[in-house]
Amino acid sequence: MHRRPVALLAALLVGMLMLAPGAASAEETPSPSEPTPTSAAAQPPDSEYYVAVTLIDSSKKTATSAGEPVPGVTLSVETSSGTEVGSATTDAEGRAFIPIEGGGKYKVVLDKGSLPDGVELSGGAATEKDINVFLEGATNVQFQIGVVEGTTVGFVDRFAQALVKGLKLGLIIALAGLGLSLIFGTTGLTNFAHGELVTFGAIAAFVLNHALGLPVIVAGLLAVVVSGAFGYAQDKLLWGPLRHRGTGLIAMMIVSIGFALLLRSIFQYGFGGSRRSYTEYVAQAPHVWGPVRIADKEIATILICIVVITVVCVAMARTRLGKAMRAVSDNPALSASSGMRVDGVITQVWVLGTALTGLAGVLYGIDQQVSFVMGFNLLLLIFAAVTLGGLGTIWGALVGSLIIGLFVEVAPTITIFGYQPVPDSIKNVGALVVLILILLVRPQGILGRAQRIG
Amino acid sequence: MDIMQVIDAALSQALGPQAIVFALAAIGLNVHFGYTGLLNFGQAGFMAVAGFGLATAVVTYDLPFFVGIVIGLVASVLLALVLGVPTLRLRADYLAIVTIASSEIIRLILGAVETKDVFGGSNGLTGFVKPFRDMNPYGGPLDLGIVSWSRNDLWSLTVGWILVAIACLIVWALMRSPWGRVLRSIREDEDAVRSLGKNVFAYKMQALILGGVFGGIAGLFHVLKQGSAVPTDFNTTFTFYAYAALLIGGAARVLGPVVGSVLFWFLIAGLGSIFGQLTSGDDPIMPTWLMTDTQSSLVRFIVLGAGLMLLMIFRPQGIFGDRREIAIDAR
Repeated sequence: MHRRPVALLAALLVGMLMLAPGAASAEETPSPSEPTPTSAAAQPPDSEYYVAVTLIDSSKKTATSAGEPVPGVTLSVETSSGTEVGSATTDAEGRAFIPIEGGGKYKVVLDKGSLPDGVELSGGAATEKDINVFLEGATNVQFQIGVVEGTTVGFVDRFAQALVKGLKLGLIIALAGLGLSLIFGTTGLTNFAHGELVTFGAIAAFVLNHALGLPVIVAGLLAVVVSGAFGYAQDKLLWGPLRHRGTGLIAMMIVSIGFALLLRSIFQYGFGGSRRSYTEYVAQAPHVWGPVRIADKEIATILICIVVITVVCVAMARTRLGKAMRAVSDNPALSASSGMRVDGVITQVWVLGTALTGLAGVLYGIDQQVSFVMGFNLLLLIFAAVTLGGLGTIWGALVGSLIIGLFVEVAPTITIFGYQPVPDSIKNVGALVVLILILLVRPQGILGRAQRIG
Repeated sequence: MDIMQVIDAALSQALGPQAIVFALAAIGLNVHFGYTGLLNFGQAGFMAVAGFGLATAVVTYDLPFFVGIVIGLVASVLLALVLGVPTLRLRADYLAIVTIASSEIIRLILGAVETKDVFGGSNGLTGFVKPFRDMNPYGGPLDLGIVSWSRNDLWSLTVGWILVAIACLIVWALMRSPWGRVLRSIREDEDAVRSLGKNVFAYKMQALILGGVFGGIAGLFHVLKQGSAVPTDFNTTFTFYAYAALLIGGAARVLGPVVGSVLFWFLIAGLGSIFGQLTSGDDPIMPTWLMTDTQSSLVRFIVLGAGLMLLMIFRPQGIFGDRREIAIDAR
């Protein structure tokens, strides 16, 4: 096994809190992404002096951020003589604040044992940093700690872990894919704005959670309702009128591209470019059951997905509304002439589809973090999943999503003679290649009907 | 508010190298979508393979510059073949999803850590542009009062607009030939063409290759005018913007993509400059609670998204388009 050196960047801000806490904290965090004060995220203490640390794993650097924050790491501050002054654990944004008594020489110590699994400090890297706190003005110190990715994790552990993650991702994609599939089935629209509907749900929950201070679960449920209302409004104001004008499907597809761009820019305008967490369920200690490590929120996510998907599928098969939806998707003209209100059914499909997609967004936001591109990044995987299973079929969307989710997470764990066919950095590529290969041999998708589609 | 500055920004972008890249890419899309009705959402992929074909050949493998150009063009032809064989028999939306997926695959592989030795990772490749710049006959920059371009840009502009003119000429000549008429009939009714004994698949494949080569030329020009080949330049959003440019000008019209690209960049750069000025300085005209400096750069994309929707709904044929040429099945 190779050891991959990873740089862990820790930015130390030694701040002074002379006047109002608000003014000082604004200076501490220059990024506009400062979340609303909450109980879970670390807050600058009310003492006059404190040390602020931001731990960032810069190996996961992207174009928009310096890296992923490292939560759950314990840092302590000692005086130069070695007496501990205080300690704190980094929050979801990798930040920790440790109050100190006054100016002078201090030492910041990083607890190696509290680093997340898979990340270890390399032998030569310092876990300590000396800092000078002056009486006037704030001192900003930045230093790098070299770490290497842990190499002790065996194949079985990694495989089991990837299965859990893949199942979770697959089920989240399935929820969103179900929404896409319902809408495609009844209206024939390939909705490029579907990724933004995922983001809509996540951001709606974020706003309810942070601005109104609602618990995440309540905010999430309300966000699903808001998403449904958004679907209703979309159908009434945009897609419905377009259908009545007789706008073609390809023209509607391009309208959806414009709509996606519009929504995404508005999200970025209001939400900013950073990734942010909800107030609860940010970092949870996982249960360890044999090779499987799984946190409570992951179990909850998987269960919610399974229950919701089952309910929707049974409802589609049994209820009057479900039958109506399938009838419209089969043959709109015949349904209309049999006395069905086709337009009403399509509106209901939009509400249901957008609500499901919004739920996927909330769960994905809890699992990862909320950002304005989260849905856009997921869009291709959703498309791949739905196309793979067969466009417009409910079960196909489910099977396709699980295949895609598992493939994305499991493929990178497989090595053949020390060679990794799908490296971690491009794990989405594997899933997209599978999509193209399956379309080569079975163009209608795995569960699609073998009718002529070309 | 400095109007001249806005006009300068808008004009130098509208006639500048970036608009040429869009025009070339959109000419390719016009062949695909406007004339043949193929929904290629992977034009960025064609650009990427050509641009990186040149960069990799010259930087990584030390091949001569013109061999690199040929490799780039061959790469875009190969991509068209690879994409076309599985997807051209499928329905239009399948082609859209497969092309968008493959352009992302290409971008991710080009930017991956594991292929850094060949493609330069996320920073891309530089240092292949010297032969192109050495051919520059201009002595200095050009300043027309309202707009001005540097010496390098001036050379890129000359080459670029000549390429655009040649591409337009080729499209014009081909589309009035019997071959072009078959393409347009495929767009209108594929089954009718098939019943006349034409090999629809072969025609579609030829159109895909032709448009892909125009995309490849756009990619080559992009890396040359920029002096570097960077994977993130070739993302899906680029393809969507190129579509927007094509639709503004009007699909299935020879000059549609060119006018569309010029207008697209005029509006984007003009809006960017206007809102940039409104929010810059210590005491911006726009109150900061309403719009900050960083937010101002997003306004143009909001306008672009809304504009694309409205255009598609109310004037799907674009500025020059002809409603009788129902290139897009919008009524």
